[in-house]
Amino acid sequence: MKLSLPLLASVATFALGLIAAPVAANAQSADGIVVYNAQHESLTQAWADAFTAETGIKVTLRNGSDTELGNQIVQEGAASSADVFLTENSPAMALVDAAGLFAPLDAATLAQVPDNFRPADGKWTGIAARSTVFAYDKTKLSEDQLPKSLLDLADPSWKGRWAASPGGADFQAIVAALLELKGEEATAAWLKAMKENFTAYKGNSTAMKAVNAGQIEGAVIYHYYWFGDQAKTGENSKNVALHYFRNQDPGAFVSISGGGVLASSKHPEEAQAFVKWIAGKGGQDILKTGTSFEYAVGKGADSNPKLVPLADLQAPKVEPSTLDSKKVTDLMTAAGIL
Amino acid sequence: MHGSVETIRPDGTPILLRVRPWSRRPAPPWMAILAVLVSAASLLPLGFVIGVTIQTGWATASAMIFRPRVGELMVNTVLLVIATVPISAVLATALAWLTERTDLPAARLWSWLAVAPLAVPAFVQSYAWISLIPSLHGLGAGVLISVLAYFPFLYLPISAAMRRLDPGLEDAAASLGHSPARVFFRIVLPQLRLAILGGALLVALHLLAEYGLYAMIRFDTFTTAIVEQFQSTFNGPAANMLAGVLVMCCLLLLTLEAGLRGRERYARVGSGAAMRARPLRLGRAAWPCLLLPLLVAFLSLGVPALTLARWLIAGGAEIWDLGSIGLALGQTLFLALAGAALATMAAIPMAWLSIRRPGRLQRLLEGCNYIVGSLPGVVVALALVTITVRVALPLYQTLFTILVAYALMFLPRALISLRASMAQAPVELEQAAASLGRRPIHVLWSVTMRLAAPGAAASMALVSLGVFNELTATQMLAPNGTRTLAMAFWSLSGEIDYAAAAPYALIMVLFSMPLTWLLYVQSRRSAGR
Repeated sequence: MKLSLPLLASVATFALGLIAAPVAANAQSADGIVVYNAQHESLTQAWADAFTAETGIKVTLRNGSDTELGNQIVQEGAASSADVFLTENSPAMALVDAAGLFAPLDAATLAQVPDNFRPADGKWTGIAARSTVFAYDKTKLSEDQLPKSLLDLADPSWKGRWAASPGGADFQAIVAALLELKGEEATAAWLKAMKENFTAYKGNSTAMKAVNAGQIEGAVIYHYYWFGDQAKTGENSKNVALHYFRNQDPGAFVSISGGGVLASSKHPEEAQAFVKWIAGKGGQDILKTGTSFEYAVGKGADSNPKLVPLADLQAPKVEPSTLDSKKVTDLMTAAGIL
Repeated sequence: MHGSVETIRPDGTPILLRVRPWSRRPAPPWMAILAVLVSAASLLPLGFVIGVTIQTGWATASAMIFRPRVGELMVNTVLLVIATVPISAVLATALAWLTERTDLPAARLWSWLAVAPLAVPAFVQSYAWISLIPSLHGLGAGVLISVLAYFPFLYLPISAAMRRLDPGLEDAAASLGHSPARVFFRIVLPQLRLAILGGALLVALHLLAEYGLYAMIRFDTFTTAIVEQFQSTFNGPAANMLAGVLVMCCLLLLTLEAGLRGRERYARVGSGAAMRARPLRLGRAAWPCLLLPLLVAFLSLGVPALTLARWLIAGGAEIWDLGSIGLALGQTLFLALAGAALATMAAIPMAWLSIRRPGRLQRLLEGCNYIVGSLPGVVVALALVTITVRVALPLYQTLFTILVAYALMFLPRALISLRASMAQAPVELEQAAASLGRRPIHVLWSVTMRLAAPGAAASMALVSLGVFNELTATQMLAPNGTRTLAMAFWSLSGEIDYAAAAPYALIMVLFSMPLTWLLYVQSRRSAGR
């Protein structure tokens, strides 16, 4: 039997393509590390570019959200292609840690970060931090009309007046802190009232934009969205002011962004080097000088001078490794928010 | 060996064999086997939904399904469908009537402009509107933007059907004293039923599957809720159960359409051919009538064009980060072409069977593909993520898996174009090639596929158009480091960096334009004009 050349050629190319594809996909990681990144893409890209420039180690990002990637790593188990996991908040780090998938970090990495910004087991470290705020429309609300506590937003008087982005890991971390500080019963009740009172937006930026546009009076978000917009055009935040709850209120929660190295990493040295670099001077300087406006957490590292100093925020004491993302999504699903 | 006939017995006595006509021979088994394999693969997502429900257990599953949140989503989704589909149908019928049956000035132009919105991805349409009116949200906004994004799916079949209508029936009705309005409702509209139902089904399925459009205007449907659950829990049970409900909705729509379609057909009998309809003279009414296509074109094309122009000007040269844009474009083109090639190859056995060996098996297989093609990308992606991560780990996060997802999602598109042109390849040529000793695979390649090449090209174009603007499944399945145009656009617009997102939107629209043009030309050709 005779087969024509074009047929043979096309079948061969196709088959080769199918075989080469997974190989090519893995090849990306053969000469560098894969980072499962839930931090803002622009921030991690800046870190990765500077790190690659300094060390020559290539960094490939897979972007997603905290708990999505955290749960993904847990499902992938030892087969995960991730070498490093970076998040915006702690619950997803706690999730992966509880599954025993992190390798211990180098002592030199841990030594760069104060104890209160990392879990005691040394499996991951804080790399940045962000503060919960109530971003409000300053043309509508005066300071004495602001909620004294995050819990006040459950009051019927706040019905239809505030916003949040419940699908995002940021807000879920705040709920995790509430759960840790006030217990399950109080949190479930608060979420139930929240369902009645709040308006859901997709993303914190969008929620702030809505406050700015006068569509809603306030939103529970993190501080840096406002600073980021002010640094650009201010177009989406000119009517917005930030209210810090302080007084160790659950609403004064400071969330720690984490970084860790997977035990299954095939490039442990490079992965450890990357986390060490982020928590060290190079990475922390990018927080100070870049456009992320997140707080630096390294020993002796300064945050952007425009921010309210971390020490003045009177944040409640929450052990990051105890934050329970699964319980939070279950409670939010039960409350009909997710 | 296939096609050869033994004419001499081993002992040397000649015999005469009656050769059955080609068309009644059983299908070459390998063709049927391939078609069965493709269909079996395409049933994976359905099997996944059933499997996961069983695994979850009825107690948990029912707690996840019968809760108020699912009720809310159901109400939202149902309202969206029952508001959008009829409005789109009326709009599309009115436009089709104006462009096909009247002497509306520049009718050809308006006809193209009624199809062109297909080149604007739904989430770009949403982005355009939300930058124009930031407070847009909820059901009203959802219906408005959905109509603008999807009415061409109704316009295409309706206008094609109108071109083919036999004016004799209308003349007869008019001569019996019916008013023009009555003629339209009693004679024209019933003949458009199939076109309207088919288009309506397509629109409804898109409404169920779309994510980006509704996420931007804060309107929650099953699909947005599934994506949100996925972002919180990866493939948690709540996401899987919502997917199950969504699948039920799709199946319900398919059944509904099949039921309403019925078996009635309109055909002309007797000698002669239908004449071409005389366009209705609008006279002075032409100018007010022009307002409708003008308004629709402004809302569906003008608004995106204005918004994009505004952001591109506001962003200036700074937003043209050519490195990232070029990389995204390259990756998107590669995925689109590879996905289109795979979908088209997968459609070949199916298309061949349905032309050359129609029968029970073929109808069954085609039904399977049809159902799976109606499933939203988010369900297909969820299924493939779960299956690969649990059972087929070497395939997990590979290019292969994402291409399979595209092939499953867009198989019906490939099938339709391929089948139409395969039907035009004369079976006699295949027989001649076979009688000259060519192997079936060789016949298929050197005769059938060569004659069906235009159809294969159209199939590639249609599938690439789908892949080019695909967001949800790509995000969930793509290999590490993938960043398509749609993904980049989505990530930037999510951080409300609307200016930086504009170049990506522009490129998506520009690349979709020629493919949409092809679709338009194809539909006109199928109607014989």
